[in-house]
Amino acid sequence: MDRKRTWFEKDISGCSLTGFINENGERVSGEAIIQSIALMNERSNGLGGGFAAYGIYPEMKDLYALHLMYDDLQAKEETERILNELLFVELKEEIPTRKTQGIHRPPLLWRYFVKVDENRLFEPGVSEEDYIVEIVMKINTSSKGAFVFSSGKNMGAFKAVGFPDDVGRFYRLEEYQGYTWIAHGRFPTNTPGWWGGAHPFTLLDFAVVHNGEISSYGINKRYLEMFGYQCTLMTDTEVMAYLFDLLLRKHRLPIEIACMALAAPTWQEIDHYDGKMELAKALRIVYGSALVNGPFAILLGHKRGLIGFNDRIKLRPLVAARKDHTLYIASEEAGIREICPSPEKVWSPKAGEPITGWLKEEQQREFESSRIRISDRERSEQVYSVPSVC
Amino acid sequence: MCVRQCAFEGHSYDPENDEVNSKEEVCVGCHRCVTLCPTNALTVRQNPLDFRAHGNWTGWAIRNIFKQAETGGVLLTGMGNDRTYPIYWDHLLLNASQVTNPSIDPLREPMELRTYLGRKPDKLDVQYNGKNFQLKEPLPRQLKLETPVVFSAMSYGAISYNTCESLARAAHALGTYYNTGEGGLHSNLYKYGKNTIVQVASGRFGVHKEYLDTAAAIEIKIGQGAKPGIGGHLPGEKVVEDISKTRMIPKGTDALSPAPQHDIYSIEDLRMLIYALKEATRYTKPISVKIAAVHNAAAIASGMVRAGADIVALDGFRGGTGAAPTVIRDNVGIPIEFALAAVDQRLRDEGIRHQASILVAGGFRNSADIFKAIALGADAVYIGTAALIAMGCHVCQKCYTGKCNWGIATQDPYLEKRLNPDIATERLINLIHAWSHEIKEMLGGMGINAIESLRGNRLALRGIGLTDTELDILGVLPAGR
Repeated sequence: MDRKRTWFEKDISGCSLTGFINENGERVSGEAIIQSIALMNERSNGLGGGFAAYGIYPEMKDLYALHLMYDDLQAKEETERILNELLFVELKEEIPTRKTQGIHRPPLLWRYFVKVDENRLFEPGVSEEDYIVEIVMKINTSSKGAFVFSSGKNMGAFKAVGFPDDVGRFYRLEEYQGYTWIAHGRFPTNTPGWWGGAHPFTLLDFAVVHNGEISSYGINKRYLEMFGYQCTLMTDTEVMAYLFDLLLRKHRLPIEIACMALAAPTWQEIDHYDGKMELAKALRIVYGSALVNGPFAILLGHKRGLIGFNDRIKLRPLVAARKDHTLYIASEEAGIREICPSPEKVWSPKAGEPITGWLKEEQQREFESSRIRISDRERSEQVYSVPSVC
Repeated sequence: MCVRQCAFEGHSYDPENDEVNSKEEVCVGCHRCVTLCPTNALTVRQNPLDFRAHGNWTGWAIRNIFKQAETGGVLLTGMGNDRTYPIYWDHLLLNASQVTNPSIDPLREPMELRTYLGRKPDKLDVQYNGKNFQLKEPLPRQLKLETPVVFSAMSYGAISYNTCESLARAAHALGTYYNTGEGGLHSNLYKYGKNTIVQVASGRFGVHKEYLDTAAAIEIKIGQGAKPGIGGHLPGEKVVEDISKTRMIPKGTDALSPAPQHDIYSIEDLRMLIYALKEATRYTKPISVKIAAVHNAAAIASGMVRAGADIVALDGFRGGTGAAPTVIRDNVGIPIEFALAAVDQRLRDEGIRHQASILVAGGFRNSADIFKAIALGADAVYIGTAALIAMGCHVCQKCYTGKCNWGIATQDPYLEKRLNPDIATERLINLIHAWSHEIKEMLGGMGINAIESLRGNRLALRGIGLTDTELDILGVLPAGR
């Protein structure tokens, strides 16, 4: 590893976030999410907004959709050379945008639907996903003027410097149909003015929007570096995305368990349930460096569903609601009621307690495939559906 | 009073003239007489007999030559390096929260210092048992510390029985550990076994099955910060009845610890001893390996972890000792700050940092030093001298004489009973409580509520008055950036 570490000023920001999932997989346009986030514009200052949507590329659902931003044509040419060399590019197109008041000087925005030629995987044991992650990291760390801001299948992230509703209009999100949408409005305390710095942060199909400051950033970053992740974006939210990738994809922890590692119960609670929280105790011992400390509320979108949760003492707002088959989670109740005026249930999740919404079909399908993949691990049928741990 | 208190015979009573005389030249500056004088009649002030001023030939240099010319011997000393080398802790500043993340009040919110030492697996495997998730395999054995401070290795022999007992009782009350050093474990102290780290060092004194079985963890001592590469020597006159039993050597014989462990001439030999001890204790105890902080500590530590060490103990050049050659103490080894930073980074670069915990020792003076060490990457800190000071030590550096007026570093029954173990225990507990409170305040100020979020979090530190190279080694930014 390169001993010469680069230092940068950590980005600190306060924010608004909102998201919802239709658990039946019914897709809706981006209009609703724009409306919800726009209501909370007080929480952002026009220095960043973004969205992630799942289920938007059904015709291309088996291909990785890479969204890239380029500073100039030269960066585009160089990066495309890398892409063509390492991946099979099925389709390449400009990301449709419209001229919008409030969105200035956009970079070149392109998307590529790609697949991996198995013969190209360098060594046994490296999965297709690892390969994609490696390429994303490579472009983001070493290609000047090029940045991959979305790399999952059948999903996409859209972000820019501006107020989030303007960003939504700019990307013509009302033309997309998705079953899960998340959005973010940013209030950074410094002004990098870089489009890549807006939320969501994504890796493969994980997309994170985050309101908070990670006070444990220093150690979370060094922990991730041990596993080959390089935190290069001038923000601490990216460690969230990488921590999820590490715990969920690489270490194969169930989502609720991963959340418990990131926002661990206190020793007081663990001691109180004497012996019944062995797992929680072990998580703290083994994943202490992954504990995310400091105020945060986050939404994590992934292909199977949506998760929202708070830091261990709930220092940032987060409200959830349900109506029919849709789970809503937002910074403010008003953001939910704006698009769902009479929810059946509204509640404020407890500190560290994950709120989970699951895509029913996708969950089953995913489960089937994961059983084949990890049949030797004797995971039970309910593995993805039971959230309670102790 | 003062006449009886001074083991160095600094005061004498002249019955003829009915007056007390003092011999300034033997005074070690331990303040025993000053502290106990009922009439506050005494003070001790440095009264140097100056040589002609000279930048090179200082009084210190000249006097040492006089001593050696007279005796032909090696100069001896006690305690840690007293030279004016930089103390890097004093060049590191801490961060605190303002506005964007709230600071946390430790009086109102949980503030967690609990620390587990030992090997951690790469990842956890969980399984679903039909009702909830469970661990697939139990974790390797860990040492649970309620606060990240452990009492460092000091042997029965170097320190008195009462001192050992006080350390054991305090460790027990505090939910932490003390280390026996290479002195064996007195049979009375077996009851504190759950809070005891026993040492296996080059002389193998007092090592037997029960000794290993009683302990919570075992430490293989390769080296010591005060005397890297040097063995130990407990003179025969200190080997009294109890010590001879505990160390399993004849009464009155010199207890010589060889410089190397004669079954460890290489890293693979270390591996054999680590696994021999693991086998002997059926893998129920973490094995620590302690080395002095030397130039290539990072590479050695990496080898130790790969050889099976569950804890890497690093002892910096300020580390204390009961007796060491002055020339070694003052010139060999490197600052613990650098060794710690280098070892932590190396283990991370190699992806094995979780396989062992790092325990650091070597002159920790206060909670801020400890806090900074944890931010640099330590899991916990060993304190030796600070614990002795809590019990009454005044750092006169005469431990090697066996005449400790405070009853700490002595086996003289008359001096030894001056240390009341009840009071000493309480003072140790007070000190660690006080430091734990301060650590909690500093954590809360940073807006974090668990020590693991500080551990290795070097962004919590900024350097002041350091060169680029020093900053680079420590892995910290300069203040203002």
